[in-house]
Amino acid sequence: MEEIVIIRDVLEANNNVAHENKAIKDERNILMVNLIGSPGAGKTTFILRAIENLKVPCAVIEGDVTSDIDARKMAERNIPVVQINTGGSCHLNAGSVNKALKALSFDDGIVFIENVGNLICPSAFELGEDFKLAMANVPEGDDKPYKYPALFTKAKAVVLNKIDMLSFFEFNKKFFYDGIRALNPDAPIFEVSARTGEGFGEFAKWLEEEYHKFRQDK
Amino acid sequence: MHELSVTQSLVDMVLEEAEKREVKKVTKVTVVIGELTGLESESIKFYFDILSENTVAEGAELTFKIIKAQFKCRQCGTIFERSNFTFNCPVCGGVGVLVNKGKEFYIESIEVE
Repeated sequence: MEEIVIIRDVLEANNNVAHENKAIKDERNILMVNLIGSPGAGKTTFILRAIENLKVPCAVIEGDVTSDIDARKMAERNIPVVQINTGGSCHLNAGSVNKALKALSFDDGIVFIENVGNLICPSAFELGEDFKLAMANVPEGDDKPYKYPALFTKAKAVVLNKIDMLSFFEFNKKFFYDGIRALNPDAPIFEVSARTGEGFGEFAKWLEEEYHKFRQDK
Repeated sequence: MHELSVTQSLVDMVLEEAEKREVKKVTKVTVVIGELTGLESESIKFYFDILSENTVAEGAELTFKIIKAQFKCRQCGTIFERSNFTFNCPVCGGVGVLVNKGKEFYIESIEVE
């Protein structure tokens, strides 16, 4: 019997493709945002509203277990979109995004990746994105940073959606903010309502700045 | 739920390392998992047994080293592990900030015959 020390990252294969994706999207001047939130968080409505408010051209990669309902909503508004169906898998991986990026005819702008609705699995897989955007929402409760720390640790910014519902739910904003601050002290938190459009001016301004920084740094 | 795809990567990697060294049998695999990966060791074990069937890793014992996430108190500097629904310091009650631990996920070693 012999013990062999290995020390190898188990997600190495995925990470290698993620690096390739990063090179592809950098070459095409794309800032890629990986949006992660639970089913029903309002991710699709959020992306539509964000695109309305952004002065930078945008496209979308839609991830779903099955169906193209979300992709059709984008296409109806003439937003360039590619649908990925994971066929049962609970998250997008770098390989599926690689195919989607190659199929997407879009350069010089922001690409939103709408990940599969799930707060756990998508946060484990790098896709080659510039950053992750974590979405929480008022009806699902203020305890999400405590229950799903991985996502809130890795996100560059946090969106709290459905802020117009605040008077209907017992949502303790301080508890929510404290949880995020412990995990991720510098992440900006945007309070928005994708339904009413509240808060999108500030979010769009921040994302446009990120895009211009990305273009300048290249 | 994503344990199936990560366990497939794990098995692939173990088999690749075994093949490189031309071993006949892998008897033990030690995996390090950080708490913040959200990976559940029981599910990994369940899938590992299925995915390693009819390979040199079939029947290998899978052991895990779990690494807890750690927080450092902003007020008194105590390093602590969280309890449920709070990231506050157990000593002074101050607000903790995550230190870079708990995100690990790698194969540490294999035992072979």
